[in-house]
Amino acid sequence: MSDVQQTPPTEEQTPPTAQEQQRGRWRQAIREITLGGPLIGLIAVVLAMLVGSILIAATDPKVAAAAGYFFSRPGDTFAAIWESISGAYTAFFRGAIYNFNRPDFASGIKPLTETLTFATPLIAAGLGVGLTFRAGLFNIGGRGQMLLGAAIGGWIGFAAPLPIVLHPIVVVIVGMAAGAFWAGIAGVLKAYTGAHEVIVTIMLNYVGYYLVFWMLSTKGLLQAPGSNNPKSPPMAETAVFPPLLGDQYNLHAGFLISIAAVVVVWWILERSSLGFSFRAVGLNPRAARTAGIDTKRVTIIAMCMSGALLGLAGVQQVLGTVTTGFSAGIDAGIGFDAITVALLGRSRPWGILAAAILFGAFKAGGYSMQAAEGIQIDIVTVVQALIVLFLAAPPLIRAMFRLPDPSAPRRKAKAVKA
Amino acid sequence: MKLELRGITKTFGALVANDHIDLTVEPGEIHCLLGENGAGKSTLMNVLYGLLQADSGEILLDDVVQHFKGPGEAMKAGIGMVHQHFMLIPVFTVAENVMLGHEPTKFAGSLDLAAARERVREISARFGFDVDPDALVEDLPVGVQQRVEIIKALSRDARVLVFDEPTAVLTPQETDELMEIMRQLRDSGTAIVFITHKLREVREVADRITVIRLGKVVGEASPTASNQELATLMVGRDVDLTVDREPARPGEPRLVVEGLTVADHTGQLVVNDVSFEVRSGEIVGVAGVQGNGQTELAEALVGLRHVLRGRLQLDGDDITKDKVRSVLDAGVGYIPEDRSADGLVKQFTIAENLMLDRSHGAPFVRFGALQRGALARFAEETVEEFDIRTPSIAEQAGRLSGGNQQKVVVARELSREIRLLVASQPTRGVDVGSIEFIHKRIVDARDAGLAVLVVSTELEEIQALSDRIIVMYRGRIVGIVPGGASRETLGLMMAGEQPAGAAA
Repeated sequence: MSDVQQTPPTEEQTPPTAQEQQRGRWRQAIREITLGGPLIGLIAVVLAMLVGSILIAATDPKVAAAAGYFFSRPGDTFAAIWESISGAYTAFFRGAIYNFNRPDFASGIKPLTETLTFATPLIAAGLGVGLTFRAGLFNIGGRGQMLLGAAIGGWIGFAAPLPIVLHPIVVVIVGMAAGAFWAGIAGVLKAYTGAHEVIVTIMLNYVGYYLVFWMLSTKGLLQAPGSNNPKSPPMAETAVFPPLLGDQYNLHAGFLISIAAVVVVWWILERSSLGFSFRAVGLNPRAARTAGIDTKRVTIIAMCMSGALLGLAGVQQVLGTVTTGFSAGIDAGIGFDAITVALLGRSRPWGILAAAILFGAFKAGGYSMQAAEGIQIDIVTVVQALIVLFLAAPPLIRAMFRLPDPSAPRRKAKAVKA
Repeated sequence: MKLELRGITKTFGALVANDHIDLTVEPGEIHCLLGENGAGKSTLMNVLYGLLQADSGEILLDDVVQHFKGPGEAMKAGIGMVHQHFMLIPVFTVAENVMLGHEPTKFAGSLDLAAARERVREISARFGFDVDPDALVEDLPVGVQQRVEIIKALSRDARVLVFDEPTAVLTPQETDELMEIMRQLRDSGTAIVFITHKLREVREVADRITVIRLGKVVGEASPTASNQELATLMVGRDVDLTVDREPARPGEPRLVVEGLTVADHTGQLVVNDVSFEVRSGEIVGVAGVQGNGQTELAEALVGLRHVLRGRLQLDGDDITKDKVRSVLDAGVGYIPEDRSADGLVKQFTIAENLMLDRSHGAPFVRFGALQRGALARFAEETVEEFDIRTPSIAEQAGRLSGGNQQKVVVARELSREIRLLVASQPTRGVDVGSIEFIHKRIVDARDAGLAVLVVSTELEEIQALSDRIIVMYRGRIVGIVPGGASRETLGLMMAGEQPAGAAA
C-alpha cells in the first residue's frame, strides 16, 4: 500500500476534553511565541523600526511646523520628514556601529565596541531566559537572579584577596552559583508543589532586590566602608575583567565569556542528553514523562542553569560595566530585556546572540540619537516593546479568540507533506 | 426524504479528501458508508451537515438543490447527525439537551420545559426507548446517551439520519440494540447513512453499501458480500484479517500482579483489587468498554500512576514503587494508548522519537553527549525494518500518517531489550495495512519469548491476538477466559455479567 502516507491520522482518537483543549490552546500559543521561526523575528524588527520611524517624524517639531502649511507647500513636509528620519538613523549608525566623523578607524569603530559591551550581559541573560523557554518554562526572575549574582559575586570581587586571573574566575563561579540558587528555589517549588514559576520568580525579584538593598545599606556586609550610601566599594584591581582591545575601548573580557556561553548552551541544547530531555519536556511533557524522563529533575536543572547564566550577566555588570562599586540598580533592566532578546532570538543560542547585539546597538545608538538629534531615548524602548508585541501578539490573539493558524495547513492536509 | 449527493469534491491543500463523490440514499433504507480511517467518510458527512463547504458538487433533498451554510440550516432541512462523540451537555437533563438549540418558549421567552419533556416521552414511546426526560445525561450509560442523541435528531423531524461511527463506544450488546433501533427507524421511512469501518456491523444491518477509498467511491457491494470481499474493496488489495499464530508456549510467570488498586485524582478507585499474571511467551488481552480501568491499569504497570495497594513483580523483582525510568530500564516496553499525547514528541524528528526513552545512556548517549552517528544508523535500520513510510529519518514525527506514527512508537519499544510488552490500544486510529503489520510484530514478540499484555477496546483485536483474555468492568476483573472465548461471552462480561463457566 504505497499511499498509506495520505491517510489522515486522528479520526478515531478520543477527543481531548474541553479543559485539555483550553490548556492546549494556550500552550500552543506560548510555544509559537517562544519557539517560532527566525523569519518572524526579522519581520518584527523591521515593522517595529518602521513604526519607530513614524514616531520619530511625528514627534519632531520641525515636521510639525512644516505640516502647518502642508497645503501650500507639501514638499516641505516631506522634506522635513525625510530629514528627521534620516537624521535619526544616521545618528543611530554613528552611535551604534561606526562614527565616520572621526578622523581615524581606531576611534571611528568605537561605537561598535560600545554596542558589543552593552550586548555582553544581554547575551548571557538572554541565553538564560531562552534556555527555560526550550524546557517549557518561563523565567521572569532575571532581575533577582542577576542581583544575587552581582551581589555575592561582587562581594568576592572586592573583599577576597585573590591573585590576578584566578580572582575573576572565582567571582564568575560564585556569581553563577548564586543566580542558580535563586532560580533553583523557583524550580524546586515548581517541581514539587506545582507553584507556577512565573509567579514565584516575579516574587523572588522583589525579595532579591530588597535583600541586596539591605546588604548594601548594612555596614560590614556590602556597604562601602565610611559611606552611608547603599553602594558597594569598587572592585579589586585583580578581579576586574581586563579590556579586550586596549584601554581606549570599554569592551572587556566578559564578552568572550558570553560568546563561550553561546557555544556551550548551543551544545547542551542540541547535542547533549540533558538538552534532549529539556526539549522533550518543553515540547510534550506528557510524552517525556511516559518515556521515563524525570520532568521534575528537568524543571529544577533548567531553572538552575538559567539562573546561573543570569548570575553571569550580573557578574559581567560588576566586573565589566560598572567596576567602581554597585548599587541595587546594577541589573539595569537587563533581566527583563533578556526576555525580549530570547523571544527575538527564537530561544536559539545563535539567534539570541544576534538579538542581544541588536539590543546592544539600540542602547548605544539611542544615546547618540538623543545627543545629536534631540530624539527622546524612549523611542528605543518603544521600538523594543513593539518588537515583543509583533512577536507575541498574533499567536496570543489567535489563542484568545480561538482562531485557526492561517499559515498552518489544515490538519487533514498535513499528512500529505510527508 | 431522498438524499442525493452529486459530484462532491473537497480538498484540503494538496489532499483531495472527497473526489467527485456520488451517493443516493432512499427513504426507508440503511446505506452504509464503508471505508478505512481517513478515507474521507467524515469529511463527506461534514459537507452534508454544513460544517464544511464543498469545493464543487451539490446536495439534493427530494431532488431540490440545497445550500447549507451551517448545521442549523442542515437540521432545518431535515438532516440529523449522531456524532461519534456525543454533543451533549452532561449536567443538563435529557429534556434540556433535546431542546438545546431550538428551545420552545412561552410568554416572554420563558422556557417551555414541559413541551420538551413531552416530546422526549413521545419519541421514546414510538421507538420503545425507555428514556427518562428528567434524568441527568451524565448519569446515563453510554448506550442511553446515544439514544438521547437520536431523540434529539428526531425531535427536529430529521428525515435523513447520519450515524458517524456510532458503535465505537458501545458494548457488543449495546451495538446490537442500536442496530435494532436503526432498523426501526428505517421501517418508519427514515433515510439512514451509517458510517463505519467495522465489517461485521455493515453486513448485519446495511441495505446498500458504498465503499470509499482515498476520497473516491470505489464500488458498491451487497450486504451478502463476505468480510474478505468488503475488506479487499476497502483497502484495495487482499487483506489477511486473521493473525497467523501458533498456539502459545507459555513459560514462567513474568509479570505477577497482586491486588493492584489505583485511585484517580478524585480518590475514586479506578483499578480495584486486580490480580493476574502474564507468562513469558503468551499474549494476555485486557478487554473492556472504554473507561473501565484498563488505561489506568496499564499506566500503573509502568509506574505512571501511584499504586494505592497491591504488588507488581517482574520476574520476581518488586517494581511496585519503581519510577517510570527504572521500570522501562528493567525491560518493560510500553505503547501508550494515545500516541499524540503520550507516545511521541510531534515536533521531534523520527530519529529523536526513536531514542525518546533511551536518552540517558548507551547506545545513544556517551558522557552526556548525543551519539548522532549511532542514532542515525539505528534510525535508518529501524525505519527500514518496521516499514515506516517517510522521506527521511529527519522528518518531523507529526507529519507522518497515523499508522506510521504508531509504527514509530512500536518500533521504539520493540527495538529495545525488553522482557514484557504492555501495549495499550496498539492499533487505534491506524489503517488496516499498519494494523496487520503491528499485530504481526506483537505475535513475533510473543514467539521470541516476551510476555505481552494487550489492552484494547476493539474486541476483534483482543480475539485475534490473545492467548488468554482478562475482561474488566468498573475497575475490577470480571473474569479471565481462554483466547477462544466467543464474542457473546466477552460481550456479557464487558457489561459486568459473569457468564457460566468463566473463572474469575
